[in-house]
Amino acid sequence: MTVKILRKGLIAAALTVPGAALADVIQGGEKQATNWTAIVMFAVFVLGTLYITKWAASRTKSAADFYTAGGGITGFQNGLAIAGDYMSAASFLGISAAVMTTGYDGLIYSIGFLVGWPILTFLLAERLRNLGRFTFADVAAFRFAQAPVRIFAASGTLVVVAFYLIAQMVGAGSLIQLLFGLDYWIAVVIVGALMMIYVLFGGMTATTWVQIIKACLLLGGASFMAFMVMWRYGFSPEAMFADAVRIKTEIATASGKTAEEAAVAGQSIMGPGTFIKDPISAISFGMALMFGTAGLPHILMRFFTVPSAKEARKSVMWATGWIGYFYLLTFIIGFGAIAFVLTNPEFLDGTGALVGGSNMAAVHLAHAVGGNVFLGFISAVAFATILAVVAGLTLSGASAVSHDLYATVIKNGNPAPGSELRVSRITTIVLGIVAVVLGIAFKNQNIAFMVSLAFAVAASANFPVLFMSVLWKDCTTRGAVVGGFLGLISSVVLTVLSPSVWEATLGNPAGSAPFPYTSPALFSMTLAFLGIWLVSKMDNGARARIDRAGFLAQQVRSETGIGAAQASSH
Amino acid sequence: MEEELVERIVRDPNYQALKERRTRYGWVLTIAMLVVYYGYVLLIAFDKELLAARIGSGVMTWGIPLGFGVIIFTIIITGIYLRRANSEFDDLSEKIRREALK
Repeated sequence: MTVKILRKGLIAAALTVPGAALADVIQGGEKQATNWTAIVMFAVFVLGTLYITKWAASRTKSAADFYTAGGGITGFQNGLAIAGDYMSAASFLGISAAVMTTGYDGLIYSIGFLVGWPILTFLLAERLRNLGRFTFADVAAFRFAQAPVRIFAASGTLVVVAFYLIAQMVGAGSLIQLLFGLDYWIAVVIVGALMMIYVLFGGMTATTWVQIIKACLLLGGASFMAFMVMWRYGFSPEAMFADAVRIKTEIATASGKTAEEAAVAGQSIMGPGTFIKDPISAISFGMALMFGTAGLPHILMRFFTVPSAKEARKSVMWATGWIGYFYLLTFIIGFGAIAFVLTNPEFLDGTGALVGGSNMAAVHLAHAVGGNVFLGFISAVAFATILAVVAGLTLSGASAVSHDLYATVIKNGNPAPGSELRVSRITTIVLGIVAVVLGIAFKNQNIAFMVSLAFAVAASANFPVLFMSVLWKDCTTRGAVVGGFLGLISSVVLTVLSPSVWEATLGNPAGSAPFPYTSPALFSMTLAFLGIWLVSKMDNGARARIDRAGFLAQQVRSETGIGAAQASSH
Repeated sequence: MEEELVERIVRDPNYQALKERRTRYGWVLTIAMLVVYYGYVLLIAFDKELLAARIGSGVMTWGIPLGFGVIIFTIIITGIYLRRANSEFDDLSEKIRREALK
């Protein structure tokens, strides 16, 4: 072995617990020899983005500039930025690794992440843009008593951001020590420091451009890899699949299976495997991914960066297109990894497993199809990817604290001039430090559940409140707050009681989890919607009358955009 | 927004048309998306064999075009909404705006 790496045995864990794929595959793996090509390329990316941050800083003067880049982003740019926000390193490395290991199951998994976008487009995107200014709480609290709804929305935002952020930081540390040969803690500190610089000085403008650049690099790199794989097979999918089945059959034969068993194992990558077990888990997990997409605060916030509802609509169209294209690429990359990586002894250790863990599938493939320089490029892109995602998350968390809690709840909507911006910058620093500390604290913890928990909370707390407040005339403040918190608490509690935390993280024996399903969304979302409906129906207080009376004006503005905040301050 | 303006917009037939058509269209497409995705998921949950069945003599199974089909469908249905929204709904919005701010 030329490259000395110890595995931590998380190989193939990817899809045994659905939802585990994301974080599971990006953990594990020890320090690698310092990769100078990758470091130089990453340094170029950092210098470029810091230069953009300097330019963005000169344009970031007001709170509107900080939160929404002054509303001057076009639909096309915003679509790329949304895609850049959404395509995390975990989905690039995790899904291609899952495809390499399990074949078809990786495709089922990635489809779940795509299908929420049309729903968001059809029901919410334009209305969000017409009603809100900086955060999704602006929309959810539009006609309600501000303080309680904002406190709820800020809680929902911070819980989602916290879990998503920890998952990204731990992933960043493990991945970077693997790809760059840097120590785990150094990697985490670099990510935290750069993210703070982008957000602090450049606000949404810098964050958006970091996301756009990263999306272009990632889409370009992934397109090249998929092209090289298809080229080898003369652009015939059948030839590629046939080769992959042949290789998987050979591997199964080598592991001591009979010819018949090996043939079945080989062909199994072409159909669904163990990912979808029972219908309830399947539906519940699908709901978390689908409606979670429409409740992620850092994604919703991106709709306020465009000048109109029309541009908001265009941004989701572009985002959906790019993300769908990206998942098609990762599927080809996963199959390419079977052919190029699993057959090359250079990438395998003594037991036939991948050097560095199965999460390295796409990285090794980059080496195989593009040599050392392209390997460095893909490693640098993976680092850049994490930076773009954490910057978006931090900005969203900071705006929940400064805009929703400080300016609206504490200062009753009348903060002293400049103080809101100051609070959001202080919050950015605090969040950055907390993220670094938690990233280091959670090293070696099983955090596989965190991304799916973030989606479950977004689907069960943020989405129902947003949906009902915008579309149901009888919704009241009390209903929204009670139902929202029911969804928030139940999704967290049920996740803790589910196998992925109860057994995998807390170490209880297999089969002992009180909540047997993969995802809580089916139950917690239902609970949230029922809570909102029932409490609103029973609510006949004075506030409830104001809430209901406000619906007509809200609807007019949500449909037409007349009176909508002109996010642009220029 | 002043109440008087809200009432004037609500009385505008263009507003009623926009509200009803866009809401109905949004729901129809939402339901189409839900049927396609959950149909796919339930098909896998109840009949894995069907998707693992080979199409012809090669290794290609029905699952591959079906899975790719769901991805393509997701993009296309978003495009379908966009087409109507960019023309019809935007025209109506423009008329309402001109009428209301006259």
